[in-house]
Amino acid sequence: MSGNSIRDTFFEECEELLEALVEGLALMEESPDDTEVVNAVFRSVHSIKGGAGAFALTRLVNFAHTFETVMDKVRDRELSVDEKLIGLFHRSGDMLNDLVASARDETDLDESAETTLIKELEDYLGPEAVEEEFSFEAMTLDIGGPPPLGLDLPEDLADGERLFRITFRPRKSLYENGHEPLLIFDALAELGQLKSTVDLSDLPEFDAFDPSDSVLSWALELTTAEPETTLHEVFEFVEGLCDLEIAVDADAAPSVLAAPNALPPLQDPEPTAKKPEAAASSKAAEVGKPASSAAAQSKESRGPKPTLRVDLDRVDRLINTVGELIINQAMISQRIEELDLPTVAHLTNELEAYKLLARDIQEGVMAIRAQPVKPLFQRMSRIVREASDATGKKSKLVTVGDSTEVDKTVIERLADPLTHMVRNAVDHGLESPADRAAAGKDATGTIRLSASHRSGSVFIEIADDGAGLNRERILAKAVEKGLVAADAELSEPEIDNLLFLPGFSTAGQVSNLSGRGVGMDVVKNAVQALGGRVSISSTPGKGTTFTIVLPLTLAVMDGFVIAVADQTMVIPIASILETIRPSARDIHIIGTDSEVVSVRGSYVPIVDVAQSLGLADKPERAQTGILLLVSTETNGLTALRVSSIHDQRQVVIKSLESNYTAIPGVSAATILGDGKIALILDPEELIRLGHITGTDLMAQQSRMELRHG
Amino acid sequence: MAEAAEVRNDSQFEFITFSAGGQSFCLEITQIREIRRWTPVTALPHTPKDVLGVMNLRGAVIPIFDLAARFGLGATPANERNVVIVAAVGGTTIGLLVESVSEILSVEKSAIQETPDIKSDATKHSILGMISVDESMVRVVNLDAVLDAGKGAS
Repeated sequence: MSGNSIRDTFFEECEELLEALVEGLALMEESPDDTEVVNAVFRSVHSIKGGAGAFALTRLVNFAHTFETVMDKVRDRELSVDEKLIGLFHRSGDMLNDLVASARDETDLDESAETTLIKELEDYLGPEAVEEEFSFEAMTLDIGGPPPLGLDLPEDLADGERLFRITFRPRKSLYENGHEPLLIFDALAELGQLKSTVDLSDLPEFDAFDPSDSVLSWALELTTAEPETTLHEVFEFVEGLCDLEIAVDADAAPSVLAAPNALPPLQDPEPTAKKPEAAASSKAAEVGKPASSAAAQSKESRGPKPTLRVDLDRVDRLINTVGELIINQAMISQRIEELDLPTVAHLTNELEAYKLLARDIQEGVMAIRAQPVKPLFQRMSRIVREASDATGKKSKLVTVGDSTEVDKTVIERLADPLTHMVRNAVDHGLESPADRAAAGKDATGTIRLSASHRSGSVFIEIADDGAGLNRERILAKAVEKGLVAADAELSEPEIDNLLFLPGFSTAGQVSNLSGRGVGMDVVKNAVQALGGRVSISSTPGKGTTFTIVLPLTLAVMDGFVIAVADQTMVIPIASILETIRPSARDIHIIGTDSEVVSVRGSYVPIVDVAQSLGLADKPERAQTGILLLVSTETNGLTALRVSSIHDQRQVVIKSLESNYTAIPGVSAATILGDGKIALILDPEELIRLGHITGTDLMAQQSRMELRHG
Repeated sequence: MAEAAEVRNDSQFEFITFSAGGQSFCLEITQIREIRRWTPVTALPHTPKDVLGVMNLRGAVIPIFDLAARFGLGATPANERNVVIVAAVGGTTIGLLVESVSEILSVEKSAIQETPDIKSDATKHSILGMISVDESMVRVVNLDAVLDAGKGAS
């Protein structure tokens, strides 16, 4: 079930975050003044809180929130770290661990220790903090349900049973799609004690009765220990085909509204409907099953989807071996062909089967590492939904290019930053529906997530169509926070980049959702750790776009197989705009040896690839060769001259740096079908190399050395 | 040098001897992954003469060095009998082009002599020790030095 796998992922991440937390606390003991460490610890707690909020784990959110608030004081240097505080942090970390575990296993946890800890933590907030903290504590009350002490969240009740009141009104389309309400009721009955009452008030006169119309609705009362999500899952298939309301009986449990990030009572009606003839039979039917067995059953299904966490090295080894297998197979085929066996020989068939098998294995193995970003993007849709609900804004998520494959590691490590960014986009990026309407925009904001391969990199963009960055406010805030001098003259991009500073936040108030300013520096760090970069562009009134550029690690790439000075090389297809076979009169010489080619009236400089790689002393002056027109970020349009183009194919990127060092102009290597290695060229770097002289190249090389030394 | 320490800990060692640039060298057998016939490699741009290029070793891209050139003994002439010794240093795998592989040498620790004081520091660094076999002398190659030089020169 998709809902559960997201939940499992959260707990998996929690484990990692808790590890980081413990590690960070240990570091903090050694160097309490290291802000980086404090930030890291703070981030862990904050991320757990954020995730817990998404799953309505109120108890966890409350505790993490208190913990985080104290942490925030430390970060702002309002509190100094002493032994006692560290001890408290450690105990709080342990408690957080317990809370996560109890939330995961849905077991009960003694709350006295927790209460004591919260009290202790709150003591640190001191009277001075009360003013500010009070307001936010009050907010917790408003939107966060009971304060820390009110831990009687339904799931934590000893008996765990709650009474859900469900109003279910099928639409005509439900029946048209062949759904049967009775089956839904059966499924509900398996969850606990179900009492259903049919509402016949809409039943028309017999003469006016249209058998294909939907006239019945039901009021259901379900007593169950299951969380509300499970109920929604029952109605999953009829979503949109019925009007559905699920409410928790107030007597049995606090309102579901308690947690701001919780699934609100479905506004998007989920489904259900019923065929008229079935209606009669289910009238006031009381379907009951032993609740215990049902509970046990669903406990099982809630367990994590079986996955295998394998050391990436092992996968890589497997991938390499399979690659070799393919090449070996190709060689065997060729040898057999050379033998010139009579066509009746069955060998050919078997060989063909072998070939197919080998390809299958290769595809399977490759699929382990290179994965589409789709699941990652899908997770974001939930974030958008919840963030919109929490902020009272309307928004929708549009994803583009979610079949773009990126390395597994990238997906895993991008989840956190992307969550922050998407949440920020909704929280800070989009305006309120009223403001949007005033600005003449669609009341529903759009968050656009797109992924693509470009110039040998993976581009991931998070764009909103909100008001754009308020640069004045950002600058004012940065000055106020002491991040920049009051009289500093900053360019617009510089102001935008202030967002990435740790501790920066423009949110007027601290909420459970975002606004502590941890988001963007987490994003930056995570992306940099992956070897990428993140940039912002913003147009007032039009929206803000964050672009994450990541290098391809093991991604599969489309490339042109080209020949350069008798060598076979690969150039990323994404960077090539067009290929030109120039005629002599299109090429002009400027100065002594600079060439330009005229392309539809404009002159484009030519860079000889062989020459910039040092494979040829002089560019071929002849009109031989093919020009590849590329557009780069820094150099604009440039034509790269190569000898010829052989083929276009998908290649697997292999790092050169792991066994050797980086080479200017070459981004990586790949292995071709015949087992030979072909270098993958980096157009941007090539052009730069083409423009500098030999001596400069030497200097450049020694710099590279330092960097990789 | 980790290898050097190893050399002095156990009493019996096995080396594979080979010749490069007309001289006789050896590597401890535990450092050698395999020995392959010479196959054409993919040349790398902007690399010194002793870096021949990269080779596909079961899916891994490994650099191939001309050992003779690396030791300043001139480039190894192309020959059918040339072989590539694939060796691993730390996490890095490299290939060394040599003229030929001769034999497996089993020696006592005591038979390994330290490199005497010679003029060239570079040479002293790249040779861990020496073993005398019959009338001739075999030099124990310091793989780390080969690799360091490779990185430094690129």
